[in-house]
Amino acid sequence: MRPFTYERATTVDHALSLVGSDGVFLAGGTNLIDHLRLGIRSAPRVIDISRLPFTDVTVRSDGGLIVGAGVRNSDLAAHHLVRERYPFLTQAIVSGASGQLRNMATTGGNLLQRTRCVYFQDLTTPCNKRDPGSGCSAAGGFGRYNAILGTSDECVAVHPSDLCVPLAALDAEVVVVGTGGQRRIPFGEFHRLPGDRPDLDTTLRPGELVIAVEIPPLDFAVRSRYRKVRERASYAFALISVAAALDVEGGVVRDVRLALGGVSHRPHRATIAEAALRGRPATEARFRSAIEDELESAQPGEHNRFKVPLVRNTVVSVLTGLAQEGPR
Amino acid sequence: MTVDHVQVRLTVDGVDRAGPLDSRLTVLDALRDEFGVMSVKKGCDHGQCGACTVIADGRRIVSCLALAASYDGAEITTAAGLGTEPELSPMQRAFAERDALQCGYCTPGQICSAVAMIEEARAGMPSHVSPDVRDRSVQLTPAEIRERMSGNLCRCGAYVNIVAAVQDVVEADLRGGVR
Repeated sequence: MRPFTYERATTVDHALSLVGSDGVFLAGGTNLIDHLRLGIRSAPRVIDISRLPFTDVTVRSDGGLIVGAGVRNSDLAAHHLVRERYPFLTQAIVSGASGQLRNMATTGGNLLQRTRCVYFQDLTTPCNKRDPGSGCSAAGGFGRYNAILGTSDECVAVHPSDLCVPLAALDAEVVVVGTGGQRRIPFGEFHRLPGDRPDLDTTLRPGELVIAVEIPPLDFAVRSRYRKVRERASYAFALISVAAALDVEGGVVRDVRLALGGVSHRPHRATIAEAALRGRPATEARFRSAIEDELESAQPGEHNRFKVPLVRNTVVSVLTGLAQEGPR
Repeated sequence: MTVDHVQVRLTVDGVDRAGPLDSRLTVLDALRDEFGVMSVKKGCDHGQCGACTVIADGRRIVSCLALAASYDGAEITTAAGLGTEPELSPMQRAFAERDALQCGYCTPGQICSAVAMIEEARAGMPSHVSPDVRDRSVQLTPAEIRERMSGNLCRCGAYVNIVAAVQDVVEADLRGGVR
């Protein structure tokens, strides 16, 4: 690990003044410490924000939740309001990483974790995300884990988060502060598609700090489900994952939220499928045709072609299961 | 760039340890290389194997991804702090009785993880295999134990007996045994 100066921030302003243009914020450290050690990342200054007072989940006046950026994954998963109102959020968190890592990792850090593309993590291979302009090894290489939606010639990596998939479905907002003040970023605008700048995962500006994630109320999220498909039963990243909430009345879809993980450079909100389902019969055939519409633009490669039917079948299974559940 | 040093104080298994540490040191490297606490093991050093698991302020963590400076002031418990010969803790005794190890390298991490995991379950923490995440009473079935211990790898493959050992402790707790 290259030498760095360690500084512990005592306030937000202090953190912002310390980080400058080339420092890096340390929260749970589960991704950053590994990357500093591997040499994927280096920084002259590490600013420890783990003791800033953003460690609570509070209720917003409209009934939504304000989740402090420093809330640990395990605390968010176990929070009674999250479990009761947004069960798929808890399901997503506990399907990721391990008990130890969930005790360390934070909400803000989860949003900012880097891709697990094997070439990004291997310093001996070209990667446009790690070393802009060097080329993409994944596009013509081992492609089993690559994205199928929204790829570019420069990058085919996927976002690794489980938590972010239901957050995308919930229209969460990311609250950030920088030296220019505070702003709110809609969740769908927080993570980027790779385009010709795959080195940028998010629209966060240099020196900005995530302080909270706000989750609007969504009554029908009590009937929600996160399903993750992976290569072993536990402690593995997703091949693909599905987050869904379904509101059915009299056999008709009144409203639906659907987001996909493991398919794109960002958590993918399936807006085409949602639009195809609202006001339509809640039947397996409709679920199938809706997700087929969504996947029409999929561009799988030789090794990840399986993801298209896997997403389709998982979505159909999850939505069918939710439709059969009685209203709570 | 010159190496930065940070004053760090940790309570390790009840003993105060302090010193100016290289800012890059993890809790794992500080324990072993600076403070000579060898009961914690280095496996993968990437947060993937769980061999370095310790309990920090009551929570199990992987010490290889924990920057020592960030844990300044923390109370760290390693497997040696849970018990040593001849006064083994119930979990250590259960591992020995169940033959829940072969080479033993992952065992200190397994034991720290299992002890903290039982506390998590007691507090109502849901898991991936919990039938309903709203339910706050956790039954530590073999399936639950396997899922909650999946962050601790054992390359000798002692998993069957590890699950049995953890289950013994869980059942003794339910019977009101001394932990």
